[in-house]
Amino acid sequence: MCGIVGLLVKTPALKQQLGQLMVPMLIGMTERGPDSAGLAVFGEPLEGSARKLSLYSGLTDDGADFNWHGLTHALKEHLSVDAQIEVKHNHAVLTFDVSPDMIKKWLREHHPRLHILSTGQTIDLYKDIGTPTQVAERYGFASLTGSHLVGHTRMATESAVTPDRAHPFTAGEDFCLVHNGSLSNPYGVRRKLEPFGIHFDTDNDTEAACRFLEWRLREGDDLETALQKGFEELDGFYTFLMGTPDKLALIRDPFACKPAVVAETDDYVAIASEFRSLAHLPGVKHAKVFEPAPEEMYVWNA
Amino acid sequence: MERVTFDLASTPLREVNGYLHRLPGGDQSHVDVKNPDGAHNIAVGLDQPVTVEIHGHAGYYAGGMNKQASVIVHGSAGTGVAENMMSGKVHVKGFASNGAGATAHGGLLVIDGDAGLRCGISLKGGDIVVGGSVGSFSAFMAQAGRMVICGDAGDALGDSLYEAVIYLRGEAKSLGADARFEPMTDADLKTLGDLLAAAGMDHDPKSFKRIASSRSLYHWNADANQEY
Repeated sequence: MCGIVGLLVKTPALKQQLGQLMVPMLIGMTERGPDSAGLAVFGEPLEGSARKLSLYSGLTDDGADFNWHGLTHALKEHLSVDAQIEVKHNHAVLTFDVSPDMIKKWLREHHPRLHILSTGQTIDLYKDIGTPTQVAERYGFASLTGSHLVGHTRMATESAVTPDRAHPFTAGEDFCLVHNGSLSNPYGVRRKLEPFGIHFDTDNDTEAACRFLEWRLREGDDLETALQKGFEELDGFYTFLMGTPDKLALIRDPFACKPAVVAETDDYVAIASEFRSLAHLPGVKHAKVFEPAPEEMYVWNA
Repeated sequence: MERVTFDLASTPLREVNGYLHRLPGGDQSHVDVKNPDGAHNIAVGLDQPVTVEIHGHAGYYAGGMNKQASVIVHGSAGTGVAENMMSGKVHVKGFASNGAGATAHGGLLVIDGDAGLRCGISLKGGDIVVGGSVGSFSAFMAQAGRMVICGDAGDALGDSLYEAVIYLRGEAKSLGADARFEPMTDADLKTLGDLLAAAGMDHDPKSFKRIASSRSLYHWNADANQEY
């Protein structure tokens, strides 16, 4: 079991309240996923060619005491890169204006246990083990702002309870996916992708779906085409919720084995595994509430 | 008649269900539940002719295992509404999620909106009337009882049916193994008319088709080579 939540605000004023509206949604899914939690939030894109990485130091020896400012100094010294860093506990967002591949290569060489959570111009990603309440407090989720977000509470079934196996998973740039369910062919999907040079961080089944769909998008498919290929390729039980810089997308397996419910008003679209995570939202009593059909694509634009 | 209101925003659900379970025999009082907010297991296991009105969306198993009581959900219901109902009535004014009325032995489940997948799976004698459409695999292995679908049905309707009978007004994407259309008899029209009246649905029984089991799966056929 797991819980998924998603929120996309249509009213610009609500962007400032995105985190505040979302935290009760995430905590509402604690019974479905008490062991880990995470979310990806999409905000204003960085200017020009600037990029940012979300980084997690919890797997390093220093944990939350990781020397983040030493890291930016070393980047300046080794690569002559001016990077800015914003630190929250064992998490940091590193912003720079060079090729992210160069920075990631350097990070892997010099800090192999520093986990790269996400890369892009719009995405910030947080995930860790702990209850949704603990994780939300650790990173100050309530103060997050942005246009849309994708969140997850995990009750692990397919791989161990570790921060890197928590959701959301990400691949490429500005793409993330959360999953409620279990895939039956993740290793088949991996074997298909690995010859293309696609690298996997974990043994988690969700990562196979995430990398498969991102690979299709990178190969030129639009989101709808990629999702259609996902229906053909991915076998098992799933409700997937995905985020891109300007979209939220949801699909459910043909047997609708895993739940989802949507509440839509003029102000927002909110998605959760169960209605109890939506009940606190303003105006929800008059929202259009519906259950997404199996094997259908639902795409909302930010 | 006595009318009691519980607000789930301030009262634990256990207190509400405990109150309903401790009602004296034959109690016909009326209970309102406010702010259900998608909570699971509201008004489960009732065994008195009480009326419970849930004002909002209910979570999983609302009215589950019901006996005698009348449970009304003024909103949608999550997975397994009226699951294993024995008698009484459960009425969902909105839509119902998967597995609505699963294994119900008796009573009447009315869903004004659509029902999700596997509606009436393994039905054992209860009646289900759905005002909208039902998802795939509905009435799978249904053994006894009647299921009325005023809209359409998804794939594999009535797969491996036993003696339950389905009345379908719209179209089924596909029928399941062993399910077949049969002519409507006068007895069917009478039964269906009574069910529609009990559910408060205004349709002409003549606009429905009957689906029942061809009973070809009742006995093992070694020559079938698993080709069903």
